Amino acid sequence: MKVIQKGMAGTLESSDVLVVVSPNDADDIKLSLQSKVEKQYGNAIRKAISETLAKCGVTGAKVDVRDQGALDCVIRARVEAAVYRAADEKNVKFGGQS
Amino acid sequence: MSYDKKRAQDYAAQHNLPEFEGVYAKSPQLANTNQKYHRKLIPSLEEAIKASGLKDGDTVSFHHAFREGDKVVMQVMKTIAEMGFKNLTIAPSSLLNCHDGLLEYIRSGVITKIFTSGLRGELGEAISNGVMDTPVQIHSHGGRVHLLQTGELSIDVAFLGVASADEFGNANGSHGALSCGSLGYAKVDAQFARYVVVLTQELIDYPNYPTSLSQDQVDAVVTVDEVGDPSLISVGAARLTKNPRDLMLARIAASVIENSGFFKSNFSLQTGSGGAATATTIFLGEKMVEKNIKASFALGGITGPIVDLLNKGMIEAIADVQSFDTVAAHSLRDNTAHTEISANEYANATSKGAFVDRVDVVLLSALEVDTDFNVNVLTGSDGIMRGASGGHCDVAAAANLTVIVTPLLRARMPCIVDSVNTVVTPGQTIDVVVTDHGIAVNPNNPDLEKRLRDAKLPVTTIEELRDLAIARAGKPDPIAYTDKVVAVVRYRDGSVMDVVRQVTP
Repeated sequence: MKVIQKGMAGTLESSDVLVVVSPNDADDIKLSLQSKVEKQYGNAIRKAISETLAKCGVTGAKVDVRDQGALDCVIRARVEAAVYRAADEKNVKFGGQS
Repeated sequence: MSYDKKRAQDYAAQHNLPEFEGVYAKSPQLANTNQKYHRKLIPSLEEAIKASGLKDGDTVSFHHAFREGDKVVMQVMKTIAEMGFKNLTIAPSSLLNCHDGLLEYIRSGVITKIFTSGLRGELGEAISNGVMDTPVQIHSHGGRVHLLQTGELSIDVAFLGVASADEFGNANGSHGALSCGSLGYAKVDAQFARYVVVLTQELIDYPNYPTSLSQDQVDAVVTVDEVGDPSLISVGAARLTKNPRDLMLARIAASVIENSGFFKSNFSLQTGSGGAATATTIFLGEKMVEKNIKASFALGGITGPIVDLLNKGMIEAIADVQSFDTVAAHSLRDNTAHTEISANEYANATSKGAFVDRVDVVLLSALEVDTDFNVNVLTGSDGIMRGASGGHCDVAAAANLTVIVTPLLRARMPCIVDSVNTVVTPGQTIDVVVTDHGIAVNPNNPDLEKRLRDAKLPVTTIEELRDLAIARAGKPDPIAYTDKVVAVVRYRDGSVMDVVRQVTP
């Protein structure tokens, strides 16, 4: 999917994550991550984000993530939803990208 | 025989006894009417500090009955700092988020050592990051009294905020507009400190009663605008939850107590603070009413739901070291079955008689529990200090049934772990851990496990809970620490239970 606009998913509630995906002029991923569990799960969160973006076929995007201690499955779901919105893709198949 | 002054003088000299030098020789305050009545009333905090003889390197103390509403610590430390004192030890019974401003005085060298039950907020974070050269001594509520008894903690000047006082120093926390309820911690300071300053907004005609702090303990009385904001007492640790998970935990915890073998007439209980604990009190109370099982006494930090059970006649008496909300504070004021106890009466291991020794059931919270049942109530999962020892290890050690209530995960962080970041309460003193994903009973209590299994409660093992937590959240990376010790966790008997190290930046 190609990111053509700003897409958001998630909230700032505890155990959730707010993901904002927006267009990037360059063909790379500019990830900015804030997490209250950075020390313990920072690596796992980055891995979940980059894997989900790759699965969605996103190669160029700015991704701002503010994590409030979301579980891995929540992070993946929020990133995917934000990408769909950022790509203005209506044919949504959550978890079905390959 | 006529009075021969010389004979008395000779005898005194020969036997090394004091010679009579006049009625007022040792009590000069009686020679002057103004002095006799008003000598303790000092017009300003600054003058009281001068009168106390405070000097660099001394120890000053405070109580935390106003919790997040406290206005004494910052007011006094600001004045002390402006007067130019350095290198002080502060010994508040605990510290809360409202004390973040102390960081300024640590950085400027006014404060160089701390004794406290808890550390939170920016202050806890800065100390965890190594801002102090000398480690903080973390004590339990009972352990603080023990340290005072041994003399390791020696208070030079205690600054004690009260709801009302008279000009002679008779003071309490329950009668007055700014009522905090029990002065259980302050009572100990009044007993042990070299010089005691009482701060109040309300000066009452002599004699003020009841006397939580008595005229024979108090050196100075200062009126201030506000000693605290009682509406903020129940903010923070002591609150009534609407969180459905906490309510579920509370229902399971109440069932555990009901089926523990200790739920019978004349049992005694402590349910403390924290969302699930307060709710458990309500659910347990329903069972007490339903089965007409009355408790002999309730202990501890007292909340509205405990007072409610007293008013319903389901609890015979309340022993209150700290009132966690205004309902408790008003009950202490109005109900003679609700009595104030000192921290020494509450929880000191070396007290001649502590209430914890006679408590059957206690419900406590935890930040982390490990597979040896050790409990951490001090450091967060990130290694930063954000909690308090409180009465946790005191009552766990003495109670017949110690129940820990904790969610399996807080956001992503597992609360059941292989090894806690910091041991505050040893696992040997914990009987059962209640989570939202099952109950784990300490293997040292097989009878309890059988009773709970027979009651069809969801009993599992602590290892299974740990595994489930990791299955849900993933295995956290370990926290990196330096070798620098930033806090020493003292057990209730003064021994070193654990140390907290600086978190690697």
